[in-house]
Amino acid sequence: MPRRLAAALLLTVLAIVAVGAGRAGNNGQDFGRIERGRYLTIAGDCAGCHTDAGGAAFAGGLPIETPFGIVAATNITPDRETGIGGWTDDEFVRALTRGIRRDGAYLYPAMPYPYFTKVTLDDALAIRAYLSTVTPVKNVVKADQLPFPLKIRTDMAAWNKLYFTPGAYQTVAGKSAEWNRGAYLVEGLMHCGACHTAKNIAGADEASARLQGGVLQGWFAPDITNAARHGLAAWSVGDIVVYLKTGHNTFAAASGPMADEVSNSSSKMTEADLHAVAVYLKDQPGASEQAPAPLAASEPAIKYGAAVYRDECSACHTPAGSGIPGLFPRLAGSPAVQSDDVTSLIHVVMDGARSAATEAAPTAPAMPAFGWVLADQDIAAVLAYIRNSWGNAASAVTAAAVGQQRRALAHRQH
Amino acid sequence: MARKLPARDVVIIGLGWTGSILAYELAQEGLDVVAIERGPWRDTAIDFPPSFAQDELRYRIRHELFLRPAQTSLTFRNNKGQTALPVRSWGAFMLGNGVGGGGLHWNAETWRFLPSDFTLRSHLTQRYGAAFLPADMTVQDWSVTYDELEPHYDRFEYLCGTSGTAGNLKGIIQPGGNPFEGPRARPYPTPAQKQPFSHTLFAKAATELGYKPFPQPSGNLSQAYTNPLGVTMGPCTYCGFCEWFGCANYSKASPQTTVLPALLRKPNFSARTECEVTRINLDRSGKRATGVTFVDTSGAEWEQPAELVILCAFQLFNVQLLMLSGVGRIYDPNSGDGQIGRNFSHQTVSTAIGFFDKAKFNFNPFIASGSIGMCIDEFNGDNFDHGPHGFVGGGYMGQVQSNGRPIETIPVPPGTPAWGAKWKQAVRDNYLSTVDAGTGVHGSCQSYRSNHLDLDPTYKDRLGRPLLRMTMDLPENELKMSAFLTDRYAEIIKAMGAREVQKKPRQGPYDVTQYQTSHLCGGAIMGANPKESALNKYLQSWDVPNLFVQGATAFPQNAGYNPTDTVGALAYWSAEAIRKRYLKSPGPLVDA
Repeated sequence: MPRRLAAALLLTVLAIVAVGAGRAGNNGQDFGRIERGRYLTIAGDCAGCHTDAGGAAFAGGLPIETPFGIVAATNITPDRETGIGGWTDDEFVRALTRGIRRDGAYLYPAMPYPYFTKVTLDDALAIRAYLSTVTPVKNVVKADQLPFPLKIRTDMAAWNKLYFTPGAYQTVAGKSAEWNRGAYLVEGLMHCGACHTAKNIAGADEASARLQGGVLQGWFAPDITNAARHGLAAWSVGDIVVYLKTGHNTFAAASGPMADEVSNSSSKMTEADLHAVAVYLKDQPGASEQAPAPLAASEPAIKYGAAVYRDECSACHTPAGSGIPGLFPRLAGSPAVQSDDVTSLIHVVMDGARSAATEAAPTAPAMPAFGWVLADQDIAAVLAYIRNSWGNAASAVTAAAVGQQRRALAHRQH
Repeated sequence: MARKLPARDVVIIGLGWTGSILAYELAQEGLDVVAIERGPWRDTAIDFPPSFAQDELRYRIRHELFLRPAQTSLTFRNNKGQTALPVRSWGAFMLGNGVGGGGLHWNAETWRFLPSDFTLRSHLTQRYGAAFLPADMTVQDWSVTYDELEPHYDRFEYLCGTSGTAGNLKGIIQPGGNPFEGPRARPYPTPAQKQPFSHTLFAKAATELGYKPFPQPSGNLSQAYTNPLGVTMGPCTYCGFCEWFGCANYSKASPQTTVLPALLRKPNFSARTECEVTRINLDRSGKRATGVTFVDTSGAEWEQPAELVILCAFQLFNVQLLMLSGVGRIYDPNSGDGQIGRNFSHQTVSTAIGFFDKAKFNFNPFIASGSIGMCIDEFNGDNFDHGPHGFVGGGYMGQVQSNGRPIETIPVPPGTPAWGAKWKQAVRDNYLSTVDAGTGVHGSCQSYRSNHLDLDPTYKDRLGRPLLRMTMDLPENELKMSAFLTDRYAEIIKAMGAREVQKKPRQGPYDVTQYQTSHLCGGAIMGANPKESALNKYLQSWDVPNLFVQGATAFPQNAGYNPTDTVGALAYWSAEAIRKRYLKSPGPLVDA
């Protein structure tokens, strides 16, 4: 007990020293601040990476798959030796918002500091205050599992110069307070673009394609702008809120990495914040495009796909592709089904997927795996069918593309 | 020597319907609950997805979801003059195994018992005089009334989303429903399922004969439904693969589709699967349970201490575990003493098959669900005067054909050769134009002094425990009832326009190889006093007050309905007594 107290006192002193006399009111034990930090930690889904499956909270160790190799999330419990208990607040804020480690080395952007840089100092310190209260866990994490030459962290200095714009979020004049709150969350703590924005060859966001969809870990994170066809144009603000809160709405079910996000993060956020997020997303124009002409129902591939659909899919998704709200996703009119990138579609049909379980919608229905029973050409045909039926229109899917992903999924760690 | 695990507040034996409900209700109280289940974990998308759920060979013929007799079985005889032999393949009833239990593979008929069923002995004695009942008939009053159970029937039905048409709302008879049912506080949560052609034809014929047909209450849902626990179910697709199967569409009420998703979110609940409880442990006084002993798949033995033990296994295994644990005294049919094993009963089902002109009738029998059907209740319970007939009991009857599955749906008229070209032609000719409900008449089965359960003196299971021994026959009362009911049923099938009707009344002796239903009941019954029952009206053991025994084990005799709605209602009734009374002051809830 005396040691804990001493540590807490030391932290308080460090906080004052670190941020200067102007922030002398930053009491690390202030309940309001810790509670706000807890909420922000959820909004940022810190546990999503920093808690390993079955491991202690925030003790690190979860391998994060990047296009360049595996990076393991670090221990961010207050353990002084293996966690961040010995860090000053300043060092914490620098790591969170600038991507620089305590020892001065650069972090890899698997830690989404290019987003977290938007977080205000006050919020960053609240997160720090909360993390200082969680149970310290001794757990050494070998963070760095990248191959040479990527494992040279000084490379990141050049990367940062090219792709990283540091600085806290600046309020946009002429937009409502709610819109600005949404922007602050989406572009900052919630780091939506980490998945939903396509990456360039260096793994940085494609600035021209913000939130228009990206591929990661064998999934396609769809377009979440208000774009017609691929984006959220058909969803109301309320639809987005319900989806983020429950993992399900009339149109879709969160699965894959999004199921984790909803379960761990957005389902535990306030309605007001989710509403702000939705208002902001609905104001992102994205890149609307005209639908192509659908493939004709008389085409052999479509007829073949229709037969597969009748046998394997229609029992849940219904013959009309309308699904069952809250249970089986709607295929008719679905942007995800008509996406140019079919990674997620193939993934879900091949391996199945469990949807998010939340307090409001605990059912967590799952799509069964069909990879064992459907050949590549069956999957290609049924996808072509659902992408070109009930008013849907999108490109065909080739059996070769399905085969390629079948092999990729077979090699993937589940 | 069993290794001892950390103590929990509650240990639940068996994670089927009652185990899931009790676990949820007690976890809601903040208690630390562990459920121990003999069979495997079962999940819709992994274990019975639409791509292979509808496999009659795998599930119906090869019994994939059921207990393997090699794991444990029972012995059977008709009477005490015979030597019981082990059952090596399930026949008259199916024994579930794994998470979900019988609630996973049932047909989902969701009937309430009649108010008079709960006061059977008093009711019959009052109406017909004590001498009307056969001397060896041991039927009893339940000690709980319909009115007491009504709110709990309601809770179970709203958990399940039951599809039906109310026949009696707060005492006012409703058109299109069962006019004989007890009053219900509110309508079914979802409207009745749609009915196929032959089922509507049955209703038409029944109406013309003066009966009042109504749709069978169904746990296969007519529409999507979200229950009070927030769990969502889908609409039934009428695929006709319900009983013996898991539902691939989240549309049949089961622990998986109604309770488990909410239960699994509770940090104070955990489950151990593939672990078989071998004993309820008692302290030296024999009046208090200290927990359970179980074995895992490696044969290692574990002790799980707990303050409260809830026995939620299937009826037979509830009774066997009580006997093996020394709770109460084993029933002796000679003296009539002892409570564990008495008043064992089953069901008396029968049918009549109608063969129709194939040029005029195409019934498409494969469009169905497990609990679809149009029924009448004029001949159930004491809804008709038994005085002239010389028997008691009854049953609902209806066109409740639940499938047209290819291996077993082979209707051929009497006189058809058993194999060869003529048999094949007859199957072709009759498949689409035959009404074969399987269980067209769902008759009751009363309790008798001689029908009972005890431990077999010879045969043991793999762990060296004596097998349960079943002594069971169908007395004259049941056979008379079956003949009478089957005649009434056949009249309706004939009135539908059948060319030929083949009556199949139940005939003795009781045959353990021919499927009837899996509605075994009794053996540790509820009642008003510890002399004639094992449990009080809250399903609490008279002998061991921190032990509650759930399920049809408590039925003093079987009514002319499927038991699950009553099992569910009793579970909620018992859970409420534990929550509101027992936890505040642990001890007997009824003074003996």
